[in-house]
Amino acid sequence: MKRYAWLIPTLYIVFLLLPIYWLLNMSFKTTNEILGTFSLWPREFTLENYATIFTDPTWYMGYVNSLTYVVINTVISVAVALPAAYAFSRYRFLGDKHLFFWLLTNRMAPPAVFALPFFQLYSAIGLFDTHIAVALAHCLFNIPLAVWILEGFMSSVPRELDETAYIDGYSFPRFFVRIFMPSIASGIGVAAFFCFMFSWVELLLAKTLTSVAAKPIAATMTRTASTSGYELGLLAAAGALTIIPGAIVIWFVRNYIAKGFALGRV
Amino acid sequence: MIQKTPDRKAWLLVAPVLALVAFNALIPLMTVVNYSVQETFGDNVFFWEGVTWYEQVLHSSRFHEALMRQLLFTAQILLIEVPLGVVVALAMPRRGIGVSVCLVLMALPLLIPWNVVGAMWNIFALPDIGLLGYVVNALGIEYNFTQQPAAAWATVVAMDVWHWTSLVVLLAYAGLRSIPDAFYQAARIDGASGWQIFRHIQLPKMKRVLTIAVLLRFMDSFMIYTEPFVLTGGGPGNTTTFLSIDLVKMALGQFDLGPAAAMSLIYFLIILLLSWVFYTVMMRGETQR
Amino acid sequence: MAQIRLKAIRHSYVDRPGSDQDFALKRVDLTFEDGGAYALLGPSGCGKTTLLNIISGLVAPTEGEVLFGGKAINDLPPDARNIAQVFQFPVVYDTMTVYDNLAFPLRNRGIAAGEIDRRVRETASMLGLEEVLSRRARGLAADNKQKISLARGLVRSDVNVIMFDEPLTVIDPHLKWRLRSQLKQLHQRYNFTMIYVTHDQTEALTFADRIVVMHDGDVVQVGDSESLFERPGHTFVGHFIGSPGMNLFPCRVDNGAVFVEGQRVLLDAPPPAMVSGRTELGVRPEFVRFDPAGIKVEIRHVADVGRYRIVDAVLGPHSFKIYCAEGVEIPSGEARVSFDPRLAAVFVDGWRTGGEAP
Repeated sequence: MKRYAWLIPTLYIVFLLLPIYWLLNMSFKTTNEILGTFSLWPREFTLENYATIFTDPTWYMGYVNSLTYVVINTVISVAVALPAAYAFSRYRFLGDKHLFFWLLTNRMAPPAVFALPFFQLYSAIGLFDTHIAVALAHCLFNIPLAVWILEGFMSSVPRELDETAYIDGYSFPRFFVRIFMPSIASGIGVAAFFCFMFSWVELLLAKTLTSVAAKPIAATMTRTASTSGYELGLLAAAGALTIIPGAIVIWFVRNYIAKGFALGRV
Repeated sequence: MIQKTPDRKAWLLVAPVLALVAFNALIPLMTVVNYSVQETFGDNVFFWEGVTWYEQVLHSSRFHEALMRQLLFTAQILLIEVPLGVVVALAMPRRGIGVSVCLVLMALPLLIPWNVVGAMWNIFALPDIGLLGYVVNALGIEYNFTQQPAAAWATVVAMDVWHWTSLVVLLAYAGLRSIPDAFYQAARIDGASGWQIFRHIQLPKMKRVLTIAVLLRFMDSFMIYTEPFVLTGGGPGNTTTFLSIDLVKMALGQFDLGPAAAMSLIYFLIILLLSWVFYTVMMRGETQR
Repeated sequence: MAQIRLKAIRHSYVDRPGSDQDFALKRVDLTFEDGGAYALLGPSGCGKTTLLNIISGLVAPTEGEVLFGGKAINDLPPDARNIAQVFQFPVVYDTMTVYDNLAFPLRNRGIAAGEIDRRVRETASMLGLEEVLSRRARGLAADNKQKISLARGLVRSDVNVIMFDEPLTVIDPHLKWRLRSQLKQLHQRYNFTMIYVTHDQTEALTFADRIVVMHDGDVVQVGDSESLFERPGHTFVGHFIGSPGMNLFPCRVDNGAVFVEGQRVLLDAPPPAMVSGRTELGVRPEFVRFDPAGIKVEIRHVADVGRYRIVDAVLGPHSFKIYCAEGVEIPSGEARVSFDPRLAAVFVDGWRTGGEAP
C-alpha cells in the first residue's frame, strides 16, 4: 500500500492542472475554432488573443491597475502592522487583548456586507474609482492578518535584543529599522505574501469601488463576457495572464512553503 | 514567553492600525446599522422603522432559502475538503525534490483571482466546449450546468473543492512535518500498524492545524461570492444563490437598503456565532488537562 | 537477553559512497556482553545515534553484520528484535492512558489480556508508575513521560537490550540525577543489557561500566572510566574526557627519548625507537607536579575553583594547565614541573604509543 502512496498526490495535482490546461488551450485558439470543433490542443495555433490584450489599453491597464492597488495595499498593511504588532508583542496596555480580538473579527466579516457602505463612504470622500480606495478598503482584512502574523514572529525574538540596543544607545526608530526588522525578515515576508495574495484575488470590493480609471482586470473580464458576447479565447487569455503573478510569487517563496508555514502561528 | 511591560505609549504604535481599520469597519457598520432601522424613499429623507426590517428578513422565505442553501453548501465542502486534504497531506513525500514540486503546484489554485476561477470553470464545464462538459456528456450523462439545477450545484461544489482543498493540504502537511521522527521510530519498535500510527500519533498532533483549517474554510465558504457568481450568476433561477450573492443582489441591485442592511447584520452575527461554536467544540479536547 | 556483536559495520547515508568522508560510520567492531551497561560517548555527529539505530534495526547498515546471540539478524525488523529504545524526548501516545500506553506493544502482538495486565502492572511497579496508570499520558511531567517510554520497552518479557538516546535531554536538572540513579538501580536489579548514548561525559561515567568513545565515525577507545582517564588511547579521548582536558605538547622523539622544547621528559613506557608522523606528549593537568628538578615553566594565572585550583602555565610557546589540590603551594613567575612518568605518554598522529593498548 505504501508503494502506491505517490499516486494520490499525483492524481490530485493532475486534477488541479486540468482546468488550467484547458484555459491555456482555449487561449491559443480562435473563437471560431472554439465554437466549431472540440480539440485537446489548438489546431490553428494563434497568439491573436494575447496580442489584443497587450495592445489594447482597456485590457492591459486592467492588469496595471490591479497590480498597483495590490502593491499599495501590501505596503500600507505591512508598514502599519509592524509598529502595532510590536506593541502587542512587547507591551501590556489598556484594552490590548480586546483590541487584538476585535481586529481578528474583521477577518470574519463578509465582504458583501461592506459592498454598499464602502461604495457610499468612498464616494463621499471623493476617492471613488481610485487605486488608493481599493488599497485602503482591503486594509480592513489585510491589516488584522498582518498584525496576527507579525506578532507571532516578533514574540519569538527575545526582549534582550531590544534592551541591549537601548543600552548601546539606539533610539527606538533606529533600533526598529536596523536591528529588529532584519531579525523578523521571514515574518515580514510571510505577512507581505498573504497580504498580496488576498488583495490580488479579491474581486467584489475591487469592482464596487472602481469604474474606469482604476478598473481591475477582473472587471474588464466580466464586462467582456456580458457586453460584447462571448469571446472565449480572449477571456481565456486574460485569465491565463492573471495566473502569472501568483505563480511568480509562489516560486519565490517556495522555500518558505516547503519549511511549512507552521512557523510560530499554527 | 515574552515579558510584557505595561506602557500607555503603546497606543501610539497601535494608532495607525486602529485608524485604518476603524475607518473601514466602524463607519460602514454604523451606516449599515443606520439603514437597518430606517426607511427611505429617496431624497435623503429617512423614517424610523425600528426592528421592522429585521423581522421582515427573519421571516422572509427568500432569506431562509438562501440560508439553507448556504448551510448545505458549506457542510458539503467541509465534508469533502477536510478529509481529502488530510489524505493528500499524508500521502505526500516528506523529503526530496518532490516536496517543493508538490507544494508549488498545489498552491497554484490559491493564488488565482477568484473571478478567474469562476471564468475558468465556466469554460471548463460548458457542455460542448469545455473539457469537463464534453467528457461528461460523452459518457452518456446529460450535463448542462447553465440549465440544470443539480448540475449547477455539483459544478459549484467541484469548483470550490478544486479551489480550496490545497489550503487544507498545506496546513495539514505543515502539521505533519512538525512531528519528530522519533515518534515514527518508536511506533515501528512497538509494532504499530499504519492505521494505529494515524490514529494515535498523526491525528492528535494535527488537531491544532485542522481546527484552523476547518475554521478558515467554514468562514470563507460562508462568505463566498465571486466564484459562484461568475460561474452561474446564482442560477439557474436561484439554485446557487448563496447568502452573499443574495445580499449583494438586494443591496446593489435592488437598492433595498433597509432589508439589505438588516440582513447584513444578521449574516455577520450568524458567522460570528457559528465560528465561536466551531472553535469551542474543536478546542474542547485541548483544555482538558 | 543475549550478547550483541557488531562485525565490520560501515554505514553511509549517501547513495553511492565514494571516499571515507561519505561514511557516517567508518568501521565498527564491537561486542556488547549480556547484562552489561555501556555508554556510547562522543560529540554530535560522531555516529553514535547511527550505531544505535543499526542495532535496533531502524537503519540497515551499508556493510557488515549485526549478531544477536551469535545469529545474524540484519534482516529482522525492529519489532522482531526484542529491543527497547528510549529517545531524546518522551514518546508517549497522548490519547491513551498510561496503562494503555504500556499495553500497546503487547496488544499488537496478540498477547492474552490477563497476561497483558500482569506484565503492565509488574513493569509499572518496577519504575514507580503504579499510581498514574489510569491517568491520561498527556498531562504528565517530562520525567514521568520518559519513564512511560522506558516502561513501554520493558513491558515485553523478552527484551534483549535497552537503548537510550540521550534520554535526559529534556528532564529538569534536579530530576536528572534521580532518574539516572533509578536507571542504574534498574540495571543492578534486572541485569538488562543497556546501551546509553550521550555527549555528556558525566552521564557516561556515572551510568556505564564500559564506555565506547566515538569520534568522526570511528570507535576510538573502549574501556572503563579509569582506563579512559588514566590511559587515553587517542588525543581525542584525552581532550574529551576530564575537565580540563589533557595537555598536549608537540615533542621530538629521538631513538626512544622524548624531548619537549629541548628538555628531556622521562616516561615509564617510552615510545618505539622509530616513529614517523606528528608526535605529541600528552599529560593530564592532574598528573603534573611541581618539582625542583623538573622542566622550567612560567606561571601565568591561578584560578581558584574552591576545593582545587587550576594553574595556567606556559612552557616555551605552549600554554597548559596544572591541577593543584588544596594545600599545595604554588610558586609565582618561574617554576619547575615534572610529568608523572607512569601516566604521561607520546601520541603519534593522535594515537597512543607505549604502555597499555586501548
